[in-house]
Amino acid sequence: MPGRASNLHAIELDLFLEALARRHGYDFRGYARASLRRRAAGLAIKLGCATVAELIPRLLYDDSLLPEVLSGLSVPVTEMFRDPSVFKAIREQLVPVLATYPRINIWQAGCATGEEVYSLAILLEEVGLLHKTQIYATDINDQALAKAEEGIFPAKLIEKYTENYLKAGGTKALVAYFSLGYGFAKIDAAIKQRISFAHHNLVSDGVFCEVNLVVCRNVLIYFDRQLQDRVLGLFDTSLSRGGFLCLGTKENLAFSAAANAFQPVDASLRLYRKRQGVPPP
Amino acid sequence: MTAADPAQGPIHAFAIGCSAGGLNALHAILPELPEGFPAPVVVVAHLGANDGGNMAAALRRDCRLPVVEAEERLPAQAGTVYIAPPDYHLLMEADHTFSLSADAKVLNARPSIDVFMESAAEAWGRSLAAILLTGANADGAAGMAAVKANGGLCIVQDPDGATAPEMPDAAIALGAAHWIAQPDRIAFLMISLCRGRGGGFPE
Ligand SMILES: C[S@@+](CC[C@H](N)C(=O)[O-])C[C@H]1O[C@@H](n2cnc3c(N)ncnc32)[C@H](O)[C@@H]1O
Repeated sequence: MPGRASNLHAIELDLFLEALARRHGYDFRGYARASLRRRAAGLAIKLGCATVAELIPRLLYDDSLLPEVLSGLSVPVTEMFRDPSVFKAIREQLVPVLATYPRINIWQAGCATGEEVYSLAILLEEVGLLHKTQIYATDINDQALAKAEEGIFPAKLIEKYTENYLKAGGTKALVAYFSLGYGFAKIDAAIKQRISFAHHNLVSDGVFCEVNLVVCRNVLIYFDRQLQDRVLGLFDTSLSRGGFLCLGTKENLAFSAAANAFQPVDASLRLYRKRQGVPPP
Repeated sequence: MTAADPAQGPIHAFAIGCSAGGLNALHAILPELPEGFPAPVVVVAHLGANDGGNMAAALRRDCRLPVVEAEERLPAQAGTVYIAPPDYHLLMEADHTFSLSADAKVLNARPSIDVFMESAAEAWGRSLAAILLTGANADGAAGMAAVKANGGLCIVQDPDGATAPEMPDAAIALGAAHWIAQPDRIAFLMISLCRGRGGGFPE
């Protein structure tokens, strides 16, 4: 049986989340608690509070704290071409279909600091589709979005990502898409030009356009089943018939209410396609 | 009796952490567990991003218990060995289902033994036994301390004879070891602990 301390931690976290939702309209109550508790505890330390409970009055009376709280709870950790086999499958299996459309709309939800969406844009550039593509990259974390929009990364990291880029079927050199200086690498304007970054909260915001591909990786793992269902419903609504859905490699569509609406393209890589007809009841 | 007194009640769940040399140590323990072992066994091992599947496969060949990768939102069930997937943190929720997170590495590790053990300590409290095996860094020591603080029982591999003693040494230095044992004794301890730990160290 869980001890008293863990009970206290659970109460503190519940109250903190209630305050955040009611005071600021950001509802994290549908997030998986174990990792959220870690992040809340980290945030408390960072803001000089001895407990998560001590964060609550600060949250209630100090509006300027909100961006930092959102950043602390949503920890945007990402890489370029993470899971190269997924990007390879997009290149080999999705691109031939996407190429037949006059215009391509893509929604990348949970873009963090942009590494993943730039990977996708580079891939589309190499197969000659970027010029007719519009990518909407969204996240709840404004600090991360600002970084993503800047598109400046430590040059050392680009070296590190090169191996994955090549495994993903990249045909040039990854650095070719950046201008280098002072140890930093800035993504080329030509790549960035097709991406719009925007604040969007998967918990509370609705669908904003019809897209041919939704990429949302390593975001659903943070949500409980109910919230996962809501978000997968959003993606289903946003996708055109025959549109594609790409989830993180440890995220599973199988248990969701939306599962019926999709058929696997490659189940192990979590690549799915929305059924063309009316889904079976 | 204090909350940290380990000498009460049966164990309902096991968490095992290991790093360098861990596969051999696991091979000395897990195949000894009988079919129908009455608790889940969760293994968090530091691995390269690509060889998680290999470890599960290697253990599966020799174990009587099913060995599977832990999946998000699924419950930890008795009689099953769960392996943390590579490149994610594994956590235990209060309702004893698994969670994954892609948060930053902790002590340069993902999965982090500390992250799993701290959450498991909260979820299972006194009914958790945590086992820390060979490894070349200090991950797991803070997790073991959390298990102990929540009333769980901590077993550390004897650093003397471990492939890499740093990990068990760090836990012992933190005072987070109730028992210190060689791997070939640990399966026997686990089996006894499922029946209760009233008798202290089972000899
Ligand atoms: C681990 S990162 C994943 C980044 C990237 N997709 C990848 O896989 O490398 C998770 C991201 O989800 C974002 N996120 C968390 N909750 C969200 C929400 N309710 N709405 C939109 N984005 C959210 C976080 O801010 C963070 O940037």
